[in-house]
Amino acid sequence: MSEKELGQKWDHCLADSAIKFGTGLGLGIVFSVVFFKRRTWPIVFGTGLGLGMAYSNCQNDLRSHYVLHIIYVPQQLICCNVC
Amino acid sequence: MLRVCWKGAHAAALTLVWCVCGRKKPTVKCILNMVFLFCRSNAGKIVAASLLTVGGGLGSTILYAKWDPKFRANIEKSVPYSDQLFEMALGPPPPPLVPLQKKPGKIEPLQISSLSEASKESKQPKAKAKKSDPAPVEAPPAVEEMCNSCTSQFVCVCVGEESKDHHEPALKERPAEEVSARLAQQDKVEQDALAALTAGLEESLGSSAKTTLQAIGAQEAVLTAIATHTNKLKEAMDSQTPPDEKSTQWKALNEALSDRTRAMEEAEEALLKAKGELEILRGVINSAKQSKIDAARPQILAAEENLHSMIVDLDKVVTKVQTAQTEAKIMSQYSELVNEAKAQFQQELANITPEIQANWKGLSGKLSADDLNSLIAHAHRRIDQLNRELAEQRVREQIHIEVALEQQKLEDQKALERAVASALEHRREDMRLEQEKKVQEVREVMEAEMRTQLRRQAAAHTDHLRDVLKVQEQELHEEAQEIMNSKMMEQETHYRRLTQEQLDTFTLDMNAAYARLKGIEEAIDSHVIAEEEARKAHQLWLSVEALNYTLKSAGADSPTEPLEGAVGVIKENCAENEFAQALASALPEESLSRGIYGEASLRARFYDIRRLARRVALIDETRNSLYQYFLSYLQSILLFEREQVAPPAKLAPEDLDTFRLLAYATYSIERGDLELAAKFVNQLRGASQRVAQDWLKEARLTLETKQVISLLLAYANAVGLGTTQAP
Repeated sequence: MSEKELGQKWDHCLADSAIKFGTGLGLGIVFSVVFFKRRTWPIVFGTGLGLGMAYSNCQNDLRSHYVLHIIYVPQQLICCNVC
Repeated sequence: MLRVCWKGAHAAALTLVWCVCGRKKPTVKCILNMVFLFCRSNAGKIVAASLLTVGGGLGSTILYAKWDPKFRANIEKSVPYSDQLFEMALGPPPPPLVPLQKKPGKIEPLQISSLSEASKESKQPKAKAKKSDPAPVEAPPAVEEMCNSCTSQFVCVCVGEESKDHHEPALKERPAEEVSARLAQQDKVEQDALAALTAGLEESLGSSAKTTLQAIGAQEAVLTAIATHTNKLKEAMDSQTPPDEKSTQWKALNEALSDRTRAMEEAEEALLKAKGELEILRGVINSAKQSKIDAARPQILAAEENLHSMIVDLDKVVTKVQTAQTEAKIMSQYSELVNEAKAQFQQELANITPEIQANWKGLSGKLSADDLNSLIAHAHRRIDQLNRELAEQRVREQIHIEVALEQQKLEDQKALERAVASALEHRREDMRLEQEKKVQEVREVMEAEMRTQLRRQAAAHTDHLRDVLKVQEQELHEEAQEIMNSKMMEQETHYRRLTQEQLDTFTLDMNAAYARLKGIEEAIDSHVIAEEEARKAHQLWLSVEALNYTLKSAGADSPTEPLEGAVGVIKENCAENEFAQALASALPEESLSRGIYGEASLRARFYDIRRLARRVALIDETRNSLYQYFLSYLQSILLFEREQVAPPAKLAPEDLDTFRLLAYATYSIERGDLELAAKFVNQLRGASQRVAQDWLKEARLTLETKQVISLLLAYANAVGLGTTQAP
């Protein structure tokens, strides 16, 4: 179902963003708590990181169809095929 | 009856008592009274009548028996004690006739009886043969009796044979009654003549035989007399008996001489008689010969032979007698001479020695020496004399001998002539008789041969007949066989023809039936095939329908059942239908394995696709960031267009816009034209294309499947239409 692909992607993207957001938030909070004496900027930073990563992932995911993917085949396999 | 008898007896007793008591003897009156008494009463009448009849019968029987001895013999045979009665009344029965006279008579009646029997029973040869057999059997002994001295036994057999043979031709060769009767009559006549002849012959033969015998006996007596006489003479001359015995001897000699003379006379007489009888016999034989009866020939022959033999015997005996006589003459001459010599010698002796009276042979010892000397001297003188006489005799010997020889020759010649004549005669007779005998034999042989030849001929005839009959039988048999064969052949051919016809008709029928059967079978087969086809078509159609139906099983958003079952069914059912197979195999795999989505679901899905495609309308290879996504979403929200736009007949390049295409597709879908919609959707590019890809695939699948199925259906319909026969 190709039409579901987009949706799945979007779901995935959202989930990922949520996770990234959460994780970022969490890490931010943690960092902020741990390392940065409960400042908000790690939280925001982490959240931003998270969101940014999610956005990037989402974009890559959505774009993956149009991007060429290289498949790395080890040398031995090729030689064996030839031999 | 008893009362009658008692009454009669009573009456008789009364009258007797009356007669006896009344009178001394029964007088005539008394008897008459008795008779009257008897006559008065009925019983008396009956008794008298019965007595009369019995007495009359007896008397007549006796009289007739007296007249007819045969009748007497019959009665004597049949009624016991009648022979005594006859003897008493008539005397002893007349003796049977003399056999010699009787038997020829017997032969005659026997032969005649046999002939009569033959004439009566001509068709019973066996009886005849039997009856004719006793006749010849009786004839031979009769003839034998007569011809005792003759060696003519074969004559009897001949007679018998003749008579038998004479009967046989009448039996064998001509069984017709007439002819046999005629022959019998002829035979009878001949037999009568023959019988007469035979009788005559036999009589004369008998008498001549008797006389000849007598003559021979007389001659033999003569012979014996002569012999005795000569013996006596010899004895008388030669014996040295004393004188008294000599006288007796001389007496005996005289007696012998007288005997001899007497015997000779008797012999002469007998000879004459015999010759006479023989002449008579000869005459009879000649007459018999003249009568020319074949049957008598052997008898004649026999009689001739007898005659001849008798003559021969007589002659022999006569010659014997003559020789004896000559011998006796010689003997007497010799005795005379001897007597002379004796007398002479005695005289001389008496002259010389008067006292000696004995003969000069047997000298006793009484003689003295002188006597002896004188005797010797005498003897010597005698001897000298005799010697001289001898010399003289010797001289005259030759002449005497010649004379004697001449005489002897003459005599011998005469005797020879006589003997030769007689021997010639005898021989001639012998030869003639032999010739006749031979002729007879030859005739008999010829007759027998002829008979045998005739028999042979008859046998040959019968053989020939048999052969001819056999041949005829063979021919007829063959003919019949042929006819039968031909008929059989006809029948067979007819039968064969009929059977063949039957067979033919049957074969025809069978063929027709077979053809029909074949036709039917073919029709059935074709029907079957047609039905098969129809069935197949039906099945195909059914399966196609099933397939078609399976399409309907598509629920909303769920595909149909996998079509492979139905397609498998189709493939199974239409294994030989290439088109169907091709079509069935032309179905896409997806539809088989997964089934296809129905139009409704596709339509529904299309709307999702449309929305999505609208949202990502701007995204393509170049524009595929997230921002673009946002923009395309924004576009999709802000762009207002008609949902359905009727597609043009020809697409221009500006119609290749996503939204426009989607509108066309929607319009088509709404109109149920999935194909057109799919075509339009196919024109999408970019992300829209990616988004619609699956739907498009599905649509394509569905369209393909539907196309195939519709083809199949059309084909099934077409096939079904084809297979159904137009009524």
